[in-house]
Order: sequence, then C-alpha cells, then structure tokens
Amino acid sequence: MIYLDNSATTKPNPQVLDSFTKASTQYFGNASSIHGIGMDAERLLRKSREQAASLLEVYPNEIIFTSGGTEGNNLAIKGIALEHQNRGKHIITSSVEHPSVIETCQGLEALGFEVTYLDVDQSGLIEIDSLKKEMREDTILVSVMHVNNEIGMIQPIKEIGEVVQNYPKAFFHVDHVQGYGKVALDIQECHIDLCTISGHKIHGLKGTGVLYVKHNVRLFSLAHGGGQERRIRSGTENVAGIVSLVKAMRLAKENQPKLDEKLTSLKNVLIEQLHSLDRVVINTPKINSAPHIVNFSVRGLKPEVVIHALEDFDIFISTKSACSSKSADESAVLIACGKDRDIAISGLRVSMSYETTEKEIEFFCQKIKEVIKKLSEVMG
Amino acid sequence: MKGRNRKLFTTQLAYNVRQALRNFPAIKVDKKRDRMYIVLNGEDPEAIMARCRKIFGIQNMSVALKVENDETAIKEQALNLLTETENVRTFKVSTKRSNKEFPIGSQEFNQVLGGYLLANTENITVDVHQPDLEITVDIRPEATYLTSKKIQGATGLPVGSSGKSLLLLSGGIDSPVAGYLAMKRGVQLEAIHFHSPPYTSERAKEKVLDLAEKLTFYGHSIKVHIVPFTALQQKIHREIPHGYSMTVMRRMMMRISEAVAKQEGILSLITGESLGQVASQTMESMHAINAVTNYPVIRPLVTMDKDEIIRISEDIDMYDISIRPFEDCCTVFVPKQPKTKPKLEKVEQFEVNVEYDQDIQDILSSVETVVVEAKNKQEEEMEDLL
Repeated sequence: MIYLDNSATTKPNPQVLDSFTKASTQYFGNASSIHGIGMDAERLLRKSREQAASLLEVYPNEIIFTSGGTEGNNLAIKGIALEHQNRGKHIITSSVEHPSVIETCQGLEALGFEVTYLDVDQSGLIEIDSLKKEMREDTILVSVMHVNNEIGMIQPIKEIGEVVQNYPKAFFHVDHVQGYGKVALDIQECHIDLCTISGHKIHGLKGTGVLYVKHNVRLFSLAHGGGQERRIRSGTENVAGIVSLVKAMRLAKENQPKLDEKLTSLKNVLIEQLHSLDRVVINTPKINSAPHIVNFSVRGLKPEVVIHALEDFDIFISTKSACSSKSADESAVLIACGKDRDIAISGLRVSMSYETTEKEIEFFCQKIKEVIKKLSEVMG
Repeated sequence: MKGRNRKLFTTQLAYNVRQALRNFPAIKVDKKRDRMYIVLNGEDPEAIMARCRKIFGIQNMSVALKVENDETAIKEQALNLLTETENVRTFKVSTKRSNKEFPIGSQEFNQVLGGYLLANTENITVDVHQPDLEITVDIRPEATYLTSKKIQGATGLPVGSSGKSLLLLSGGIDSPVAGYLAMKRGVQLEAIHFHSPPYTSERAKEKVLDLAEKLTFYGHSIKVHIVPFTALQQKIHREIPHGYSMTVMRRMMMRISEAVAKQEGILSLITGESLGQVASQTMESMHAINAVTNYPVIRPLVTMDKDEIIRISEDIDMYDISIRPFEDCCTVFVPKQPKTKPKLEKVEQFEVNVEYDQDIQDILSSVETVVVEAKNKQEEEMEDLL
C-alpha cells in the first residue's frame, strides 16, 4: 500500500498507540475523582499538559484539550464571537480556510455577525495590505490558517499577527492543523491568541486535539458542565487520548527538522516529474509551501477517475480535501487562487508523511504517468 | 563526625543520592572522604541540584567545574565563574592543594589567581572577610575543581543511618510531618495504619498510602502495615465506659504497634502527638497510653504549635492529601466527652474486663502489608507514556 493521503488523516504511530493502550488500562480513572486512581489520572493529565505546553512554548494553563481540529476551530471562533460580541461583531478570515472555519463563520453571519472573507493572490496567500484595509474598530477576530490543507501554501502568520496586534480589541486565531510538525510556528512571536492543533493529522488518534488559548483570553464555552479545561470545555478528560496526543506532538516536533529535509526533496522530485507530464498543472506554489503537500490538476480528466485508477495499483491519493469532497465539484481554494474552472474541478492532492519513501514516490510517478496516458486515450 | 560513624553516614548518603537520582542514568556518584562528587556526564545540573536539595544529610552543595591541573586553564575558568555570577562586588580565592606536584603553593596561588581576576574585571575587589563570592580551588591529583556559590542542603542525617522506626500513620496532618522530621534525623520508616472498615473507607486507606508515597520521596520505599481494627474497636466501645474508651483504644494501638515493631526488628515507635492538642495528648493521657510499652516513643511534634506543623505539612506537599475528608479510625466511635485526665489505675481496671489478648493475636495474623515504592517508578512510567 502506498498511502499518500496524509493530509486527510495519518496512520497512528505504533508508539502512540502503545501509550494510548497503556494509559487506558493503567490510568483509567476520572481525573476529577478525589481517590488515588483519579489522582493518578490527574497527575498524568497534568504532566501531559505540561509537556504539551513546553512543546508549544506556552504556559500549561493555556492548553485546552479538545476532540480535534473542527472542535478547536469552532470553539475558538464561536467562543470569541459569543464572549466578546459587545466589543464588535466583525470577523475577518480568508476565502481559503478549512470548512470548519468557513462554515462556522457562515453560522455566525446567521446570528448577525459580519464576516469579511479576504481574497488571496495566485499562490493562495493573503495580502497584508488588504488585511490592513479590512481591519476595523469593531473587528474582534482574525482567523487564518497556517498551512493550507489543499495546496499547502504557508500564510504570512507573523505579518498578520503584527497587524492584528495594533487592534487591541481583536484576537488572532490560527488553524495550525496542517502545519504542526511540518512547518514551525512561534506562537509568541506571531502574537497568536488561539491556535488549533489536531492529533490525527500528526500520527495521533482521531478525537484528540489542542486549542491553545492565551491565558488572558476569555471564551464563551460551547460545552458547559463540570468546569474542566479552565471552564472552557467541560467533560470528563480523555486522559488516554490526551496522552497519545502529547506523545504524537513530541514525536512530530522532534522529527520535524529531519522530516522537512526528506519531504522537501521528495516534493521536488514529485513536482519535477509531474510537471513534465501532458495535461498536468502544478497548483502548489514553488515557494512558501509546506513540504508534505503537492496539489496538481490533470486537465480534462475527472479526478475521481484518476484516483480509482491509481487505487488499482494500491496507491491512495485524494481530490481536494476530504472535508470538502462531498460538496460541489470545484475546489473553492483553487477558484480563490484564480485558477480556471477546468483546473479547479480536476485538482488532485498527494500528501506525504514520515513513512513515505523515495521508492514509493518513484512508483507513484511511474503509475500516474501510465494512468494519465491511458485515460487520455479513452477520453481523447 | 568521626571514624567509622562518618564512613557509615557517607556510604548511606551515597546510596541515597544514587537512588534519588536514578532518573539521570548518565551521572556518576563519586564518594570521597569528606565530600561527594556527582559527575554529570551531560545531565542537567539544575534538575539534579533541585532533587539533591531534598536529600537529608547534605549540608551544602555547589556546582563544580572540573578543570585540568594547568594554571592558565584554571585562571580562565575562574574568570568565567566570577563574571557569570550576578551581583558580585567582592570576592575571595581559597586554594587547597592536595596535589603537591602542582608547582604553585596554595597561598601563592591565592595571590596569583586573585591578581589575575582583578586585572581582568572591573569594579570588583577582594574582600577576604565577607566576600560576595568565594571561589574555592581544589587542586587534586586527578584534576582541579572550581566551585563558587554554595547552596544550602536539606541538612540532617542520611535516611537509614539512624536505623528504623515504626510510624503510627493516621492520615491526618500531624503524623506524616512527624515521620518526615524523624527521617530528617536519619530514620528509615515503616508505617502502621489502623483501618476500621466499614466505618472507615477504602479512600481513607488510599489516602494513607498516598501520604506514605510522599514520604518515600525523602528516603526509601516504605512498608505500610494495615491493621484491621474494627472488631476490637467495637469490643472496646461495648465494654469500656465511654469516657475511657479513647484511652483504651490508644493503648491497644500501642500494644499492636509494639508487636508489629517486634516482628519487624524495629526498636522504636513514632507518633504525631503534640502536647495539649486534643484529649488524647494531655500529659495524663500520654502517661496512661505510654504505660503499655517500654519501647521508645519518638514524638517529633510534641512541643510544636499546630500552625508550625501545618506549615511544614504544606512545605512538604502533604497538606492537600491530609485534608482530604475521610474518617479515620480515631474519629469514629469518638465519645462525646473523653476523659482529658484519665487515671492509669482506672484504665487498667477497665481493661481487665476486655479479654483482648486473643483479639490482638487475631489482628496480628491478619495485618496487610503494602510496600509503597518511591514515586519515581510511576513518574518514569508516566514519562514513558508521553
């Protein structure tokens, strides 16, 4: 099996699974119980929180454990909007965000909030000047993703943070789900108030995640109850899940420099090989893009057909993002980047991981070549 | 400290340090006659110092730089030490030269090094009486050690060097503090706890084990003997006039404790009693209770005020455990008006009615013994998970 859909989800690291199983059996207590078993679970939870904090270089009380990226993004955006709506009801985001951001913003529009969706340039990047133009006195939130899930471009988070910094009423949220472990992000330096991370994108388990919430930032809770997680997110702590997440975070961060080197060279091979093929257009920008994602379109070929043809060789890639693939044909991200419709409807994504090998990429290049040739003959 | 005694202490201390630092696998503990070196081999000195500050028997410690026996090298490193320490206006150099092959005598080297340091710094002068920083240069055959700032250790004696004692551990605030203070004088602990299910809950027992676990941090693993006390307590409640039941209960606890100590080859008992704190801790009560044993009963808290005890309890991180709200065997069956001045003769008379010998035998044969290991093991486990 050649799995090249790591932006959709990753295969859990065996070490992470091992920690999960052990934590589930040995520390199954409710971390809020006052007896010894509960206390052990609580101690483990505390250690996990400390380690997560040290990996992100923030304080332990700024770590809110969640169920993943979608919850993190929802909690950040709705939490700010509902808590601070008397400061203003204007939110800025971009037109290339993940559905869990875009749709959350649309949901808030229905509640009377006003949302500006920033345009992007041909590489998918936000222009700082247009952000500056859109910032207002009643802007309470700017939400921008770090690494785009479909084409992999890296937004200028530091510059955006500096702009938002000039508006004391506005908070800055970064969706770091595709970035963590691939492209470094300095939360302090970028003046980030909220930052979403997901476990299953970094070889952790589904249902785990972190939302960094700066210590002085108040959020309206989306889950009231027992008051866990700074009263922001009630619910019995998923200690084993949290342990597995923090382990995955550690492994990802430790491996990042080596991984970056490896994936960048694989990415270059991919782009070079794909570029030489007929009908193929590379959508991932050459610079300012993450090392693990290559997005390309095969003009005139339905992406589903290509995917299924590759599946015959046990190769797995995807069309745009798994979260968007259920909706309309064209990729909103590619459209936003100004691509023609025929390119926007034929986008394919290869996303790699630490397990991806040079051999696999060679094999993939060879097979995609054959597949395109064969399908082109049929479709003319 | 002299002769064989010293050797005993330093050997024990070296063992304790190795135990306490076993999470730092690269270190080497090197015991010399009057001091001990921990060779870091790359481990974090801050973390190791933090851990060592809790080890009884260490008077003071400092980070030492190992330098080759070479004048220039020593000078350079000493200068680094001096300039890297904050808030130093005056200093002093003290050289010890046990390596007589080193060409410069210790007095002379004081001047040589002092002169070099003066020449290479600004606004820093020598003060041989009250320097802000004393740089000690220890020129030994194998190398020269430079040390500067001294950090106060936990003092006391190495745990284990004063033998073993049995701590009556209730789960309240006082007894763990008593255990801690005894450890400070080198005592290795075992603990005994009286458990009266269903009047006292499983949680009360866990609380005691958690406290014992905290105590292991200052020494070794601790054996906790859990005594099933319900039947005897009920019997006392039935047979003894209520004003005296508490005194008799305490006497029974002493008898059982002495018996357990005897079995374990332990020569003394420790309690958390503090004079005048409660009815059982008046002079008369202590007299009546103590009368059942001629084992030494060590009472580290006997003259302390409650707030002093609480302060120590907080310092050693036990307070939060101690105040967990579970009944212990002393708070169930508490008579409305216990005698604050029980008379020994009366107590003895009342006890004649209770044929307790067999009860105590039964109890002794069903004591549950739990070995509470130093927390480090679990900590390690948790760190592996992460």
